[in-house]
Amino acid sequence: MNVRLYVWQRLTAAVIAPLVLVHVVVIFYATRKGLSAADILARTRGSLTWASFYGVFVVAAAIHATIGVRNVLTEWSPLRDRGAGLLASGFGVLLFLLGARAVVAVVLP
Amino acid sequence: MTLRHLRHRHSALWLAALAHRLSGLALAVFLPLHFLTLGLAIRGEAPLESFLRWSDQPLVKLAESALIFLLMLHMFGGLRLLVIENLSWRDGQKQAATIVAGVSAAIAFFLLARMF
Amino acid sequence: MSLWRGGEKGRYETYKVPLRENQTVLDVVTFVQRHLDPTLSYRFACRVGMCGSCAMTVNGRPRWTCRTHVSRVATRGQLEIGPLENLPVIKDLTTDMRPFFEKWQQAKGAFVPSQTRGDEIERIRPDSPARIAADAAIECINCAICYAACDTVRWNSDYLGPAALNRAWTLVNDVRDGATSERLQAVAASGGCHACHSHQSCQELCPQQLNPTASIAGLKRRTMWAYLKGEI
Repeated sequence: MNVRLYVWQRLTAAVIAPLVLVHVVVIFYATRKGLSAADILARTRGSLTWASFYGVFVVAAAIHATIGVRNVLTEWSPLRDRGAGLLASGFGVLLFLLGARAVVAVVLP
Repeated sequence: MTLRHLRHRHSALWLAALAHRLSGLALAVFLPLHFLTLGLAIRGEAPLESFLRWSDQPLVKLAESALIFLLMLHMFGGLRLLVIENLSWRDGQKQAATIVAGVSAAIAFFLLARMF
Repeated sequence: MSLWRGGEKGRYETYKVPLRENQTVLDVVTFVQRHLDPTLSYRFACRVGMCGSCAMTVNGRPRWTCRTHVSRVATRGQLEIGPLENLPVIKDLTTDMRPFFEKWQQAKGAFVPSQTRGDEIERIRPDSPARIAADAAIECINCAICYAACDTVRWNSDYLGPAALNRAWTLVNDVRDGATSERLQAVAASGGCHACHSHQSCQELCPQQLNPTASIAGLKRRTMWAYLKGEI
């Protein structure tokens, strides 16, 4: 990992950490009487706040996971920097697309 | 020179780094599935609701709290690293890593107790 | 005791040596060479913990053998001694240290003077923060114990390793040095300080009680700010 990847990795980590805390608080709140799709969607549909919250979360998590997976591949697989970077980027794009789709699914009215 | 000879791997901080990596990998595998299930709502409330009712099984709840444990372990463990990398050095990292694991387990257990 | 014999594809062979009081691991290796098998190869020089040439793997841990007492490390009267990990084995207990020292050079581990002998001697306050940081990391004896104990080195052959990066950190904190930005650039590349996972095995096993992990964390910080400011 060079300094550029390091900065992105740690920057996204710093962004994600507070989001994870909020996410966990919401999980505790949402499970107080069992999860229900109606409850979840009532909270998220049409909400710009939740749209941006989960939007930032997905983007930061996709970048963070891409760099993390790349680092694991360079150390624990025969792939070198280039191959590991390509494979991890493919995974990151998939993660971003699925995440963006999920955000759209829960926030669009 | 087999692996069993590498005694430095018994260290708490070596295990903390391993736990950080494995929890990160597990979360990376889980995230696409998480996004796919939330994406069910793209066709309305009903598909998501039927998935959530499927997820009421005890085994799924157990898996969910295990994921919360991994998420907490990865987050608090990562915060520990951000602190030593960005602020001046402090000793006692083994204790800090142990506290990270303990707090993560407590939060996950609390969630498990709440869901049942 | 069992000793590694042969090259990379060698094996452990067993020897019986007398147990004496106040005996170091280096003493018993020497006993084998003097009395049991003169073809045994190993490396040492000063025998008093200054030169850093006698490090070996003793019962699974890299140690400086001249300052390690047998009574402290033997389990049930047994010792297993091998060459250092993460370095090519030449023969028996000697490793090829070239990759280790080449990485010192890659990390710009040599002092680059910024003044000439005609200039006045630079005054450095011992209590200045930079000097305190350099002093904390300066006593390295190049024994490669940290390098052998580091799994990041094992998993990433480009990684410069704890000793080279620790050395770079002392020079980054030396106000007389004139190559800070080149050095920061060298340690900020792939295989540099950012590959470190803070396992702290280097700190745990350093015979000089240095903390390379802290030095590397310092480099991570310095290079990050230099990068964000566009200096490297």
